Amino acid sequence: MPFIWRVKDLTEETTLETRNLVKHFELKLGFFKTLVSKETPYVHAVDGVSFKIKKGEIFGLVGESGCGKTTTGRLLLRLTEPTQGEVLFKGVDILSLALESEVRKLRRKIQIIFQDPYESLNPRMSVFDIIAEPLQIQKVASNSDELNNLVAEALNDLDLVPPEEFMYRFPHELSGGQRQRVAIARAFVLKPEFMVADEPVSMLDASIRSEVLKLLLGLQKKLHTSFLYITHDIALARHMCDRIAVMYLGKIVEKGATEDVILKPLHPYTEALIAAVPVPDPTARRIKVVIKGQVPSAVNPPPGCRFNTRCPHAMEICRKKEPPLIPIDKNRHVACYLHSS
Amino acid sequence: MESLLTVENLKMYYDTLRGSVRAVDDVSFEVNKRQALGLAGESGCGKTSAALSVIKMLPSNGRIIDGKITLDGEDIVKMKEDEVRKRIRWKRISMIFQGAMNALHPTYTIGYQITEAIVKHEDVKKREAEERAGKLLELVGIEASKVDRYPHELSGGMKQRAVTAMALACDPDLIIADEPTTALDVIVQAQVLRVIKELKSRLDISMILISHDLSMIAETCDKSAIMYAGKIVEYGDVVPLFTEPLHPYTQKLINAFPSVLGPKKELTSIHGFPPDLLNPPSGCRFHPRCEHSMEICRLKEPALTETGKKKRQVACHLYGESKI
Repeated sequence: MPFIWRVKDLTEETTLETRNLVKHFELKLGFFKTLVSKETPYVHAVDGVSFKIKKGEIFGLVGESGCGKTTTGRLLLRLTEPTQGEVLFKGVDILSLALESEVRKLRRKIQIIFQDPYESLNPRMSVFDIIAEPLQIQKVASNSDELNNLVAEALNDLDLVPPEEFMYRFPHELSGGQRQRVAIARAFVLKPEFMVADEPVSMLDASIRSEVLKLLLGLQKKLHTSFLYITHDIALARHMCDRIAVMYLGKIVEKGATEDVILKPLHPYTEALIAAVPVPDPTARRIKVVIKGQVPSAVNPPPGCRFNTRCPHAMEICRKKEPPLIPIDKNRHVACYLHSS
Repeated sequence: MESLLTVENLKMYYDTLRGSVRAVDDVSFEVNKRQALGLAGESGCGKTSAALSVIKMLPSNGRIIDGKITLDGEDIVKMKEDEVRKRIRWKRISMIFQGAMNALHPTYTIGYQITEAIVKHEDVKKREAEERAGKLLELVGIEASKVDRYPHELSGGMKQRAVTAMALACDPDLIIADEPTTALDVIVQAQVLRVIKELKSRLDISMILISHDLSMIAETCDKSAIMYAGKIVEYGDVVPLFTEPLHPYTQKLINAFPSVLGPKKELTSIHGFPPDLLNPPSGCRFHPRCEHSMEICRLKEPALTETGKKKRQVACHLYGESKI
């Protein structure tokens, strides 16, 4: 069967939107320093991030560790409270929900898959309990038979068959790939409309990784879930996402349709990120622009463009004024003075 | 091409309460002078165990059962521990360990740790060794003034480079790099890889690079051995091996990696899980997960044999003449 790349008919319906999302973490100082220092330092983890995710779309957030991509994901679920900004889920600002019961209702629709299945699954709960827990909290099943069926179905969906064989095992009796599948089954069991996937396969071996991704894509298609896919691996983002946004030090520097961004990157950071990824082809002769240095501290981000300290094209203006994220064409945004004319 | 290290029919087992785990089972490879060999495979396929055997730094329950490891005509397997420590380890073969973050001692400065390695292995004064430590750090792109830094004061990439500097301390002929960049970010990974590659060509060092990341091996190595369940399934020069893989496992593994270049392709997955090495499957160890599995695959183990293609070896009945 010839492989046809997923062509989705995306409706214009927006599932989730963030507007100028900001999260600053207060930096804890020692007792003496607190007395002496005049102002409290903040870690600028997320600094004004806006994006829209359409219904059924997989939106990728790509960047190095410490760029704020995981924090962004957590803000969308209110696992971390934002300092500022709006998160609209189907038009409702979820940050305005004050009651615990309202937030709980929302969580039925929004779920998350964490990075490390060795940490995200409770070692003292059986697979059945792990997957049944969200159903019980949300009171989805009316009786134990129904609960049983829903859990079995969830395991089936992730190819953990026969379900009876896996239900009564504990996480330590499963391999890494199986564990992550249980974590995915738990996230999908409530049939959420929106899902945050935070590096769901980075802990897995390559051969197992592609199988888990395939199952994830299958479920996504079946339930038409919208996704925020967080990853540091731009090659993987290319495989999974419809659109991607590249983050650097708490800001989105470029966003657009995945293929456009990867085949024709505009921002120098995106270019560097792509050039740094090794490719499984020894004959590929590539010009390697390896940028020097490391990501500056998010406590005192450099003035102007945050990438100016490492950028090979840095100009005078980059050190003074921060470039805004501006549209280049209908679906493409970039924050760089090289492209602002 | 002059050969530096040859490993022949190496068998390395771990004794456990449930029996012996055949981590490395009849593995042969060769490292030529100034060349890099990539050992690739999934976790638990025996690639690290094979490398540890080369410098005889095995965990207490690991044993080399059989085989020959020849470095310039001398068999390391037959050598006494004392001799290996004095003459081979670090001086001729050194190692860059997996997870440099944990390979450094947290309460000593990096300068001290490198100096210690030099003084222990060579007959030099401490002052001289310290000077050399500074030079080594410069070689890997860390300012010599940072010798007095403690590991926690350095970033992940710098620690990895410090560990690389330590591996170079006694001017070895062969460096074994075990997943040298796994815990690092892509850009830092590219920086560290560049340092390792440059050093390799500048200092005339041979290298064994162990990685589960085939793209890294494709970019760094001259030759590659693909391992599966304690055995080498395919072995040969990197370019033909990656452009025209023969073994079904190699084919699947290469296609399991997404690429940022070229047209978008579907990723293949390998059904099932790697086998338990306490009790590996009969015949070809890959047969339960193989699409092309035939009757003979269950019964007879395919030998690693030369194929028509130049210097390529593959262990698969699809290419062998062997019949039941």
